[in-house]
Amino acid sequence: MGFLAATGRAFLVFLEATGKLALFTGIALYHCVRPPFYLRQIGRQMIDIGYYSLPVVGLTALFTGMVLALQSYSGFSRFQAEGAIATVVALSVTRELGPVLGGLMVAGRIGAAMAAEIGTMRVTEQIDALSTLSTNPFKYLVAPRLLAGLTMLPLLVLVADIIGVFGGFLVGVYRLDFNPSSYINRTWEFLEPIDVISGLVKAAVFGFVVALMGCYHGYHSKGGAQGVGAATTNAVVSASILILVWNYLITGIFFSTK
Amino acid sequence: MTQVPKIALKGVHKHFGPKTVLNGIDLEVGRGESLVVIGGSGTGKSVMLKCILGLLTPDSGSIRVDGEETTRLRPREREKLLHKFGMLFQGAALFDSLKVWENVAFGLIQGAHMPRPQAKEIALAKLAAVGLGPEVGELSPAELSGGMQKRVGLARAIADEPEIIFFDEPTTGLDPIMADVINELIVKCVKDLGATAVTITHDMASARKIADRIAMIYQGRIIWTGHAKDIDDSGNPFVDQFVHGKAEGPIKMQVRAL
Repeated sequence: MGFLAATGRAFLVFLEATGKLALFTGIALYHCVRPPFYLRQIGRQMIDIGYYSLPVVGLTALFTGMVLALQSYSGFSRFQAEGAIATVVALSVTRELGPVLGGLMVAGRIGAAMAAEIGTMRVTEQIDALSTLSTNPFKYLVAPRLLAGLTMLPLLVLVADIIGVFGGFLVGVYRLDFNPSSYINRTWEFLEPIDVISGLVKAAVFGFVVALMGCYHGYHSKGGAQGVGAATTNAVVSASILILVWNYLITGIFFSTK
Repeated sequence: MTQVPKIALKGVHKHFGPKTVLNGIDLEVGRGESLVVIGGSGTGKSVMLKCILGLLTPDSGSIRVDGEETTRLRPREREKLLHKFGMLFQGAALFDSLKVWENVAFGLIQGAHMPRPQAKEIALAKLAAVGLGPEVGELSPAELSGGMQKRVGLARAIADEPEIIFFDEPTTGLDPIMADVINELIVKCVKDLGATAVTITHDMASARKIADRIAMIYQGRIIWTGHAKDIDDSGNPFVDQFVHGKAEGPIKMQVRAL
């Protein structure tokens, strides 16, 4: 009986958390589309997410592209398929690794910062202060972050795609002695718009998820420094897991031909 | 009192989980009156203020502001109502991402949609009213001492010229001289605005200075109200014990958590 009770309790806690998150998301989305809009806040968040994440995401993409070229060379040379390397790099980066690794890096950088900032505002009563100054915290804090995440991550991933392919090109040409122009031709040959578009759709979803988790856990944090720390951890972990789950679901929607 | 009281609470209950915090609060605050609510830590003082502001929703009971029931207001109506209120938070709750003058002007810019240059002028005037020069306006809140933060919080609370001002433990954490400076500022600001003020505190020196009337809260109920000058011969053993700060008496401090 004890086991059943524990299972039931855990299930109820899960349902409660899901409902709370759904409600939070609903209210936040409502405030994303209803004026007034805090353009200054939206701009600030866009710069924070889009511009200041460039070095991290760019470096991630560069080394991912480089290691992909190196790995596929050592694997493909076993059955004389070295010619496919450029294609493999381009497809892997645009479809999968650009958005997923970019999303995970942003989750660590932005999701954590959002949870810590909003969490600190919660425990120091700054969120209550917003309300007493007739400013809706959802509109002022949450909506700008969600909008910035949704719009900026696709742009970041587009840049990451280019840098990642360039990383593969560098290794292919300077380390593996491919002909530069034939490497570029090979890159374009099998790349279709849907490969890039699916990656950008993923990026938009991941950006939204990262911002949502950062805001949600920050907003509901309590109990001083420890609470803010827990909120930060939860934001990063939940965003990372949700990115991987959504990655599978979106891939299924775009590419399940059977 | 023949006129409608500015704020009237009737039978307000609030509990968090199994813990009852407000157990039937009945309280009236007259127009232009300065009421100080005294009581020990954890007796529900802050929760009462947050219920009036609508940051927390009471479980039952009625809260009227200018005779209008406020417990079931919709968010938009609530935002409108909050224009009447200003609040000085215990930790000042300044927005640390904004400069000092932007903090003071926040309600004017975001809440009342005033142009920034005009709002800045008013903000600097309000800073001057609490004894801070214009150079302080360009600092960030983290660069200020505790007493200065309280002053900025006070300037922010009065910037929009509210009809009702709440002070949450305005002198906690300040040295006696700075505490007296803040007390005098509060008295002056409230008088200049002709506002209704509710202060919660456990600092008796502060209560004597600010109050027209004093109410004592204990175990989630108002157990005594009277004029400030009657506080020393209230004839109520609970009030006597609190005013004279004695460990012996009818109030048993809960030293250990349950």
